[in-house]
Amino acid sequence: MDVLYFAWVRERIGLPRETVRTDAATVQDLVAELCAREARYEMAFSDLTALRVAVDQELVEWDTPLAGVREVAFFPPMTGG
Amino acid sequence: MPSPADIRVQEAQFDLGVEASAFAARQTGMGAIVTFTGIVRDLDGTLDHMQIEHYPGMTEKALRTIAEDAHARWSLGGSLIIHRYGRLGPDDMIMMVATASRHRKDAFEAAMFLMDYLKSRAPFWKKEATADAEGWVAARVEDEDALDSWQ
Repeated sequence: MDVLYFAWVRERIGLPRETVRTDAATVQDLVAELCAREARYEMAFSDLTALRVAVDQELVEWDTPLAGVREVAFFPPMTGG
Repeated sequence: MPSPADIRVQEAQFDLGVEASAFAARQTGMGAIVTFTGIVRDLDGTLDHMQIEHYPGMTEKALRTIAEDAHARWSLGGSLIIHRYGRLGPDDMIMMVATASRHRKDAFEAAMFLMDYLKSRAPFWKKEATADAEGWVAARVEDEDALDSWQ
């Protein structure tokens, strides 16, 4: 699946998107997998209350299942307007 | 018939007068039009520019959902949301909303609702740069609280 990062999450991880092969069952499991990879992921995901996640471009909760999902995006709370 | 909600996400500047007039010209039988415009603030006189990042694809979807919610909730003849991204300077226009209704109360309330929701639910992020520093604008608790008032 495609994993996208925006704003300071993108800056901490150092890339805007990547393709990830994963069997993670939920968003939370995917985060744990990413954090296990490298320190920069752990740094970006250190406080999940400061982050939001979208699955196939819809805002969702951290326990959302990933079966059939094409795109997951991580970002800070939005500041539009 | 065109969709009553006109959603535009663009890098280019827009002309508030032209957009408001064109929006008004598309309406028939409406007694009230409300517009709101958001401007880049330079609170302490040090802002050099602002960079607005967004999530192409999700942004348009989120704005359309918010507009559809407004149309379901109030009696609106039409609505318009224009939101810019990219590099903006102090006093540049960031975004505008317009709502048209038979009655001013619906037009005002729907415009407030659009603003409150797009602030916290549309995937935009602002980064401010001064001459020697830059930083992401933090989301405000009050903005999230504002959504509760519409529940």
